[in-house]
Amino acid sequence: MFGWLVRRDLILAWRRRADVLATFFFFVLVVSLFPLGIGPERELLRSIAPGVVWVAALLASMLSLGRLFGNDYQDGSLEQIMLTPQPHYLLVLAKILSHWVISEVPLVIVAPLLGVQFGLSQNTLGVIAFSLLLGTPVLSLIGAIGAALTLGLRAANVLVALLVLPLYIPVLIFGAGAVSASVEGLSPQPYLLLLGATLVLSLVFAPWATSAALRISVE
Amino acid sequence: MFRGLNFSAQPGELIEVRGANGSGKTSLLRILCGLAQPSEGEVRWNDQNIRSLGEEYFGSIAYVAHQNGVKDELTAIENLRIAAGVAGNSLGEREAQEILARLGLQKESYLPSRFLSAGQLRRVALARLLITKAELWILDEVLTSLDAAAMALSAGFIGDHLRNGGMAIIATHQDLNISATATRRLEINSSVS
Repeated sequence: MFGWLVRRDLILAWRRRADVLATFFFFVLVVSLFPLGIGPERELLRSIAPGVVWVAALLASMLSLGRLFGNDYQDGSLEQIMLTPQPHYLLVLAKILSHWVISEVPLVIVAPLLGVQFGLSQNTLGVIAFSLLLGTPVLSLIGAIGAALTLGLRAANVLVALLVLPLYIPVLIFGAGAVSASVEGLSPQPYLLLLGATLVLSLVFAPWATSAALRISVE
Repeated sequence: MFRGLNFSAQPGELIEVRGANGSGKTSLLRILCGLAQPSEGEVRWNDQNIRSLGEEYFGSIAYVAHQNGVKDELTAIENLRIAAGVAGNSLGEREAQEILARLGLQKESYLPSRFLSAGQLRRVALARLLITKAELWILDEVLTSLDAAAMALSAGFIGDHLRNGGMAIIATHQDLNISATATRRLEINSSVS
């Protein structure tokens, strides 16, 4: 059941890949604009890189939230999924997992390449990738709550930003903190541990909150 | 919308829900599915409140709504197989093909669903009924946009379902021509309060 739902979402994303590519290139462009705008000031670039990469990841992740439940809600397939004899927790978790694979994993892969433009060391590039690997699932998990709550509302995109961005702040602080620590030659470990803790916490609570929100929105 | 509604369905029974537009037929069916909550009262399945049964209840019902729940990007076969897979039953490609052929979609089964007409999409949605083991079918205006042949066909398999001890609750404006041993008509009048 879990596998079928993930497979379904991956096939759907592949057949609508223009949507997925749009958020991917949004991330690439936003991150690349900063070195172009600021010019070759190595020190400045290196100190802003963590924040820029992480803020861009936050925004790109938010852009993709509308797709998480929106299309399924409109054509009635969300109701059908909710009426299957499966725990809602697992159904929601499958949707979130596929959203992460589709929308966030490409960012994790490309981020170290983009980091080269900021003159970061190889070590720091690794930290960027690893912090995103830990942090982006949290973005999907928390974002799902917002996406479920604003389902079917007219100003859903704006509302979702207002709801979700404040909740993204801890992830931003820990994620960018890890990269900054590495830029300054310190150990990123404490930040990464905190990121891991938020991941575990949101893994437990977010699917549950999302399924409760979905029940309200579908009614 | 409506109040004072009290009814039950026995195995083999067909309940036709009738009422003017806006009288609350769809709301009633959604309450019966557990998708919506009644402001008062409760729905019971085998004497147990469906809220306490949770997803166990969803295994006993199949709901075909106004919206077909068919994905545009997937072919009819994929739609059917994935619906079965997500519900926890596996459905082979050949079986899916046979079911679609029964509904007159043998040529269209490998086309992306966005190329199908409204009536054909409805048939794909109805095909879901043939892959569930649900005892209770809840159908909301199923006959809209179906042609005469498809109407007769669906009346046929709804009849089969009832003869096998199933139940069906159908909201409709038209006469269904379903051969059932027990048919009950439920009129909903929106009470102005």
